[in-house]
Amino acid sequence: MKEYQTITEISGPLVFAEVDEAIGYDEIVEIETAQGETLRGQVLESSDGVVAIQVFEGTSGIDQHASVRFLGETMKMPVTEDLLGRVLDGSGRPIDGGPDIVPEERQDIVGAAINPYSREYPEEFIETGVSAIDGMNTLVRGQKLPIFSSSGQPHSELAMQIARQASVPEEEDGEGEGSEFAVIFGAMGITAEEANEFMEDFERTGALERSVVFMNLADDPAVERTVTPRMVLTTAEYLAFEKDYHVLVILTDMTNYCEALREIGAAREEVPGRRGYPGYMYTDLAQLYERAGRIQGREGSVTQIPILTMPGDDDTHPIPDLTGYITEGQIYVDPDLNSQGLQPPVNVLPSLSRLMDDGIGEGLTREDHADVSDQMYAAYAEGEDLRDLVNIVGREALSERDNKYLDFADRFEAEFIDQGFETNRALEETLDIGWELLSMLPKEELNRVDEEFIETYYHEDASDADNTEAEATAD
Amino acid sequence: MSQTAQSVREDGVIASVSGPVVVARDLDARMNDVVYVGDEGLMGEVIEIEGDTTTIQVYEETSGIAPGEPVENTGEPLSVDLGPGLLDTIYDGVQRPLDVLEDKMGSPYLDRGVDAPGIELDTEWEFEPTVEEGDEVGRGDEVGIVEETVTIDHKVMVPPDALDEGETAEIVSVESGSFTVEETVAELDNGVEIQMRQEWPVREARPTVEKKTPRTPLVSGQRILDGLFPIAKGGTAAIPGPFGSGKTVTQHQLAKYADADIIIYVGCGERGNEMTEVIDDFPELEDPSTGNPLMARTSLIANTSNMPVAARESCVYTGITIAEFYRDMGYDVALMADSTSRWAEAMREISSRLEEMPGEEGYPAYLAARLSQFYERAGYFENVNGTEGSVSAIGAVSPPGGDFSEPVTQNTLRIVKTFWALDADLAERRHFPSINWNESYSLYKDQLDPWFESEVSDDWAEKRQWAVDILDEEAELQEIVQLVGKDALPEDQQLTLEVARYLREAYLQQNAFHPVDTYCPPEKTYLMLTTIETFHDEAFDALEAGVPIEEIVDTDSAPQINRIGVQEDYVEYVDELKSEITEELRSLY
Repeated sequence: MKEYQTITEISGPLVFAEVDEAIGYDEIVEIETAQGETLRGQVLESSDGVVAIQVFEGTSGIDQHASVRFLGETMKMPVTEDLLGRVLDGSGRPIDGGPDIVPEERQDIVGAAINPYSREYPEEFIETGVSAIDGMNTLVRGQKLPIFSSSGQPHSELAMQIARQASVPEEEDGEGEGSEFAVIFGAMGITAEEANEFMEDFERTGALERSVVFMNLADDPAVERTVTPRMVLTTAEYLAFEKDYHVLVILTDMTNYCEALREIGAAREEVPGRRGYPGYMYTDLAQLYERAGRIQGREGSVTQIPILTMPGDDDTHPIPDLTGYITEGQIYVDPDLNSQGLQPPVNVLPSLSRLMDDGIGEGLTREDHADVSDQMYAAYAEGEDLRDLVNIVGREALSERDNKYLDFADRFEAEFIDQGFETNRALEETLDIGWELLSMLPKEELNRVDEEFIETYYHEDASDADNTEAEATAD
Repeated sequence: MSQTAQSVREDGVIASVSGPVVVARDLDARMNDVVYVGDEGLMGEVIEIEGDTTTIQVYEETSGIAPGEPVENTGEPLSVDLGPGLLDTIYDGVQRPLDVLEDKMGSPYLDRGVDAPGIELDTEWEFEPTVEEGDEVGRGDEVGIVEETVTIDHKVMVPPDALDEGETAEIVSVESGSFTVEETVAELDNGVEIQMRQEWPVREARPTVEKKTPRTPLVSGQRILDGLFPIAKGGTAAIPGPFGSGKTVTQHQLAKYADADIIIYVGCGERGNEMTEVIDDFPELEDPSTGNPLMARTSLIANTSNMPVAARESCVYTGITIAEFYRDMGYDVALMADSTSRWAEAMREISSRLEEMPGEEGYPAYLAARLSQFYERAGYFENVNGTEGSVSAIGAVSPPGGDFSEPVTQNTLRIVKTFWALDADLAERRHFPSINWNESYSLYKDQLDPWFESEVSDDWAEKRQWAVDILDEEAELQEIVQLVGKDALPEDQQLTLEVARYLREAYLQQNAFHPVDTYCPPEKTYLMLTTIETFHDEAFDALEAGVPIEEIVDTDSAPQINRIGVQEDYVEYVDELKSEITEELRSLY
């Protein structure tokens, strides 16, 4: 392998070197500094005689005498089932003091796109035990459902709760004997404290043995963040499509990933898109998010829950905006609900799961699921609207019907949403609470529910409570 | 993608690689020539020539491609294969059939450097001539028919570039029987041999005689579209909306239920699972007009967001070229592009890699021109062979942050005549389809009214205006309600709000996932409106007669209006409901 000592320019995370052979685009590079330190990088642009290299660990310590080696291959992730239970750094090297990883295969981290023709449409429900998700924004296997949050919100707690509680109802036919659940956790630029919380939770609940953890912390090199999620997803694809696991991937925090993209873009003097983020950010994010899914004829699945903190809690910011256009829905963590002490503080109104309609209903969850969730949305939205009005005119000025909706909204938050981070609610229970709340409203108001289900599930006594009272006084 | 052009011209070598943009040296090429890049032969297209350097956009991943590798020129522009076999197929952005790719690659992942012809070359089709030896034919004329699917007879035509305008030639031989698409089925006296397969460059519109004013609606079975904001066959429409507002569901509904002969669905830079849903659903769904499987009239082009960005740029052109081909056969074609914003972003990405001077928000300065070129290929046309056909183009737009003032939405609105504005607020309260009735418009309304008046009811336009007036009034009243509450309004205004509520909940909302409600024929749309009007008229009569508003609102029959949508025997149901409403309200005074 040829070594070059031909670095001509060092700028931010980029190094430019002269070469006299053909170097492939995306190829991996090792740079050895005068101090004997070896840094890794990747070819960003390759032209006759000059290559641009982005260095994952940052360029400090590199001088013009550092030697550059081109490894002749693109970046690979060593994968094996033994990765389960291991903690790795952002570039896939073990940091838990355990034995070296003996890979079964080395896979290219830039995964090829799944042929849409070969995909299998996701329609199997994942029970997360969180009412706001199971009941109102159901997650299915192979979906990508991000959590939109902002700084200071308990999104990590919610993610941990999902990772802990998520289970896949076993297929009845007894065929699915080998499909186990695995969690792959990819941290990008989170603080050491947050990382500790995750690790403690993993260890406390014994979840670590069915998990692989990739840690790129806040003080680790930013550029490394651009490879961490690719390492994570390569591992996920391997476990899902070759080892039949149902893999849940949690990526946190996508905002840090995008910042790293912007940093590289700026260093390369690219024409910036919105708010300085590179114009190709949509494509880049899609190449990550679209690696969720199921494939025909394979047992496993890759489900993604990326977490992103919206700068300024603004969902029109390019990061949440582009994410929302790619992912199949989103879960909003709401600062107001959080300050009211709701756990988890999920605002179901702007939240959405696009794959929900196909993953619920008879034979999948429960026959009345879709109607109940629709009706609760509508009722909660109406209650929310009325709250604004109450602020102006007071509650007394509103009709009896309006007051019922206001009560509904209050109880919906207190009883349905606020379940606590430690409570694992079965779907049946979630739906039953839903019916209890809906029964506060008169039957005629339930225009989104099939009459048949009203017959079966509506609690007659609950709604008639005021009526009977009224009748009693009339007598 | 077309496969015949293997006459390789001068080769060049790669000088530099950056993402999807490759620069080659010493390549003798014309603009838009298709080239094969590198040792693996990745497909690309020439997009800039400067001295002896040629810039190429590559339709596949370029990882590992190095300077010094060869570049081969085919000397042909990016073209599509046209012929029987286009329908019931799913393509990527450069017309490679995805099922064939899966076979060839032996993997569920899209590998590189694999090519496949756009239409099956080995399949034999039963060709039935419609001309005889000695007949004179001009360009575009039909020479025979092939049953392409159960629904569609594929018309084999003289390629438009085989003869000059106005020139005719005599058929010297024509045969019926089984042929592959490359075998000659007819011969002209000037030596031209006609095969079922034609090629056409995607960036060039197929010729026509003239564009006409469209006067027939593209009936979609969606109440708010047919009832308030109709699109014509040959019309253009834009559906902008923030994420989660239902663009894709609306596009799918149109693809399923629009009464076009042919549907071309272009999934441009969107989700993989969505395309899979289409692939799974369409073969099982019935075409409402023929009862045959929907796929029998559909061709899908799927270039999902993680597939190469350059192919995303071309997929829209691939789609519209196929659409024009069926239009030439005299069919009404509807093309859905989901989403044109992704297409614009692909242009932006390539443009920025070329270091072109950016226009607004980094989009290239030619964005508006490209968009209008695309939408202008839609229309109701007289074809070169004398038949009439149409291409309706419906483009979803995904404005960043849902802000309609951004360049793609604005440039699109300048061209299209129908605007269906999706609204995040409506979506949030699960009002679907979440098309905002105050912001949307259709400029085809007046020219389509005569059709609705003769096919449905002669007071169609009148009833629509009545509904629009009520909704307008509601919008004004709601502003007051926001301030003082509903009960502070006079009773007649409260009643208007109640009527408007039925319009919103029963008429404007439609459940795409309900087996009956998902498709609403125009008659049902009309009857629903008249039922609400009956309630309106009777309720106001009752109010005038002194019945208190609470009693009017509290009737048992009126809420049944919300159930009209899910009724299969709606005519009977509506009849009964109207008399019930009348009876009940009249009984109050």
